[in-house]
Amino acid sequence: MAVESALIKFVKEKFPNFVISTHSFRNDDTIVIRKEGLKQVMTFLKTDKNTLFNMLVDITAVDNLGSEPRFEVIYHILSLTLKLRLRIKVPVEEMEAEVDSITSIWPGANWFEREVFDMFGIIFKNHPDLKRILMYDEFEGHPLRKDFPLKKQFPRIQMREVKTKY
Amino acid sequence: MSGEAGFLTTKLDEMLGWARKYSIFSYPFVTACCGMEYMSVSCAHYDIDRFGAGWPRFSPRQSDLLLVVGTVNHKIAPVLRKVWEQMAEPKWVISFGVCATSGGFYDNYATVQGIDRIIPVDVYIGGCPPRPEMVLEGLMLLQKKIASQKQELF
Ligand code: SF4
Repeated sequence: MAVESALIKFVKEKFPNFVISTHSFRNDDTIVIRKEGLKQVMTFLKTDKNTLFNMLVDITAVDNLGSEPRFEVIYHILSLTLKLRLRIKVPVEEMEAEVDSITSIWPGANWFEREVFDMFGIIFKNHPDLKRILMYDEFEGHPLRKDFPLKKQFPRIQMREVKTKY
Repeated sequence: MSGEAGFLTTKLDEMLGWARKYSIFSYPFVTACCGMEYMSVSCAHYDIDRFGAGWPRFSPRQSDLLLVVGTVNHKIAPVLRKVWEQMAEPKWVISFGVCATSGGFYDNYATVQGIDRIIPVDVYIGGCPPRPEMVLEGLMLLQKKIASQKQELF
């Protein structure tokens, strides 16, 4: 593991109770935080004059089926002013698959969170309109979960019978 | 046929087939990357107009060839069926590219495994994406089929 960057040190000193671990590789900084502190840390990162992360680049998730906690929600943020990038990871339990929505901090989080909800079934608390964004309403389940049956489909219309010869 | 008389005899079926195969109005139902190849076929370099199918109509009611170009997933399947139902007879369907033909490598939760599960298809063109020459060959196959089929008089 490389030397801790100044940014990681700064956040760690500010939130010793929320930071679980950190990772840094070639200026690519990652901080894993407890989900209880998500909103507080994010608000700080956006508004503090030493960080000024004014842009939310992406939200995604990973399903580590078989390990505990099962999910990780991942936020990529960017400071256009200070030219900083940071990745925030939040571990999420399967039994309590929900985190706070950060739409109140970055309004752009709205569709990202809907996508993560659609694909992984993670609930974002206090999201203004949490419904599917890519899949249709008849679709059951969340296709990017590792235990979603491979090739399971939910046709919306009656499919024709096709004779196959192979 | 002599220069003076100016008539020829043929069967009605054959005459209609000959007329229909060179006045194909296509409706491009383009959903994915194969669309680039469709553009290439229809523009100057490969010039689909040489084969009498030059004029895309963006209304299903005015077209008689449905070109399904690209990946079709379950979300858009009802739309494809509705477009096909809106087309007036006689109508034909070409499945353009391996995605439309069989789902291609998208064997997953979202993609229809071949548009023949939604609508009947006349000609399948493989390839990911098919080369313009393959598309033209597919079109010529369809024209052969049109010319030799029984012509319904609607
Ligand atoms: S066949 Fe290939 S080029 Fe065509 S839509 Fe599918 S992936 Fe794209």
